[in-house]
Amino acid sequence: MDFTFSEEQELLRQSARRFLEKECTVSFVKQVADAEAGFGRRTWQRMAELGWTGILIPEDYGGMGLTFVELGVVLEEMGRALLPGPYISTVILFGEALRLGGAEDQRQRYLPEIASGALWGTVAWAEPEVLYDTDRMQTRVSPSGGGIVLEGKKLFVTDAQEADIIVCVAGGRDGPSLVLLHPSEAPVRVTPLLIADKTAQLYEVSVDKALLQKDAILCGAQRAREVIEHLMNRISAAYALDMVGGGQRALEIGVEYAKTRVQFGRPIGTFQAIKHKCAECLMDVEGARSIAYYAAWAQDNDEKEATLSASVAKVFCTEMYRKVTKEVLQILGAVGFSWEHEIHLFLKRAKRLGALFGDTAFHQERLARRLGY
Amino acid sequence: MDFRYTPAEEAFRERFLSWLSNNAPAGFGTRQYRPPSTWEERASEYRRFQRALFEAGYAGINLPRDYGGAQGTVMENLIVSELTGPIYVHVMGMCQIISLGLAAPTIFAWGNEEQKKEFLPKTLRGEIIWCQGFSEPNAGSDLANLSTRAVRDGDHYVINGQKIWSSFAHVSDWCILVARTDPDVPKHRGLSFFLLDMRLPGVEVRPIRNIAGDPEFNEIFLEDVRVPASMRVGEEGDGWKVALTTLGHERYLGELAMASAFMKEYEEMVEMAKGLRINGLPASKDPLIRQKLARCYVDLCVMRYNGYRNISKLARGETPGPEGSIGKLFWSEMHQRMTEIALDILGPYHQLEGSSKHAVDGGKWLGYFLRAKGNTIEQGTSEIQKDIVGERVLGLPKDPGRVSY
Repeated sequence: MDFTFSEEQELLRQSARRFLEKECTVSFVKQVADAEAGFGRRTWQRMAELGWTGILIPEDYGGMGLTFVELGVVLEEMGRALLPGPYISTVILFGEALRLGGAEDQRQRYLPEIASGALWGTVAWAEPEVLYDTDRMQTRVSPSGGGIVLEGKKLFVTDAQEADIIVCVAGGRDGPSLVLLHPSEAPVRVTPLLIADKTAQLYEVSVDKALLQKDAILCGAQRAREVIEHLMNRISAAYALDMVGGGQRALEIGVEYAKTRVQFGRPIGTFQAIKHKCAECLMDVEGARSIAYYAAWAQDNDEKEATLSASVAKVFCTEMYRKVTKEVLQILGAVGFSWEHEIHLFLKRAKRLGALFGDTAFHQERLARRLGY
Repeated sequence: MDFRYTPAEEAFRERFLSWLSNNAPAGFGTRQYRPPSTWEERASEYRRFQRALFEAGYAGINLPRDYGGAQGTVMENLIVSELTGPIYVHVMGMCQIISLGLAAPTIFAWGNEEQKKEFLPKTLRGEIIWCQGFSEPNAGSDLANLSTRAVRDGDHYVINGQKIWSSFAHVSDWCILVARTDPDVPKHRGLSFFLLDMRLPGVEVRPIRNIAGDPEFNEIFLEDVRVPASMRVGEEGDGWKVALTTLGHERYLGELAMASAFMKEYEEMVEMAKGLRINGLPASKDPLIRQKLARCYVDLCVMRYNGYRNISKLARGETPGPEGSIGKLFWSEMHQRMTEIALDILGPYHQLEGSSKHAVDGGKWLGYFLRAKGNTIEQGTSEIQKDIVGERVLGLPKDPGRVSY
């Protein structure tokens, strides 16, 4: 048993941190939050040059052919930097849907373009009323002539406006399917949602009787269920790692302040009321780290644990990130309550990541079923 | 990063499991099993089991063969700790913890050759059960404040004073004791560390019951007890250092043993919830109870993988970082949450004592819940742990008004 990162993985972490400290500074993220800047294709292209867009894509398809552990290293750093943009949507949701669910010709067509940074994509899953329950999808796919027709409404779709392709989770006669949708070639309306976390973009996506070729179906029936299961595992583990990076950074901000802010003639960190909050936060950050790293490893190595560990990590990291941002805001006092300070960006990111792709109740029920009660 | 066992470790685990199936207490692991209810029975079960472990070569895995150890690997130690954890916790009331977790590693680290040769093999084979004489009525978290005196008299020390909260001292053979040898130097510099034979004249043990009604811990009164000077561990004045030796291996492995015991408690809790009916349905089908059970599982995974991170560092010859300091804090709080959930599931059944015909699982869940209240107090309260984590790990400044630790 070995819980440590290899030398290559440590180098990857260092290079990711350096890159993000330069390209994704706090002031850049604040500008994004104030709508004075946006995440551009230029930064994306540089991420692609570093290989990040192709981490999980096999070398035969132009990627790096690495594992979720390497991906996790990068995700943790991205969470630390509050990176905006469609990385998780494109690389994990869209990329993994194609890699795991696509037919050979689809993989050959799209995977190299994802790896090269040319293609952005996402998966449209949640719906009003049912959220992520794939057995109750109201977006329907049905045969029509020689093709298929897709119709329905999706909500909280990440990065849909920028996506060249959207993979829709749709219900059909034989259960859920994954359907490829080109927003530019179909009757699709993408409407931005105004949300609290300005480091992310969410959309409503309405599909009005889109007539598509039969090969727009990425996969259906049993295979689709398996791929959807994998996607839920992978997005949960990915969010968990983002939260570990963010929680760690938020705690550093709080501890630094506790060491330097002087009241009553002494640093406030000398008071147990402050010191103990910091210690509790560290306990949660380290616990979150342990389980998130394990979940990252399990994704490529242990089918059963991939599911259990992903939900466990999502639940614990969500709780950790909420607690840390809450306590650090309190430690910062009025400073932390002001728009100027960046802690609210962490707080809002924590709330968003916790709620998307299954909240705590969803994942705990998922665990209860898998654990046999 | 790889969480699999090597083929050699897998083979070791198989061998140990098969040994365990013949040597674990009869019936252990079945729902009908009722653990011993007195400390005398727990201690004798421990002595039997420990002797069998020793004879099979599974005791003292990280200690050299010269002292009765098995000289195995960290991973072998992990495997044995995880598989024996539930037995030590649920059958023996953890009466191994001072012997194997504290006395043996301290004697190994600080003892002289005669002390190691004399005490390590006997401890590893369960012949000696150790208790701990650290806390006093006026020295709990502020351990350096202790006032039990040891005065040199020729080749002996004469010890007078009172120790308290000493778990299973009434079934122990020996005691690791800290006493003050020099009252004229700053508090924690005047202490020395002794090995005390509990049968010596002047040693009196009076049990104290815990909130579960269990006479788990004791007061130890020491009146003119003559301890040979050869029973001092380390130099005179080194007592503080010896007592606070960072016992990395044992602490981390002990936590993994607890993690596996708690995982077993959780599994039993799930079975209990399946068997208990509320509103005409199994409690395990109640949405809120399902959420709570799953939350326990989440906590347990965190505890387990925190532990694996520590062990993995040790196996590579490194010292665990921040993850090493948070273990006690995390598991003690977690175990309280978990045992409280067990009572929530039981509803009004939780309060029934074992003898009631309506009691569930012999009333053990109430016992677990009550015992868990001690978890955040024993071996350093949560508040002390948070000070340590805040100051030594996060580097926060210490309270200028506090004297030491």
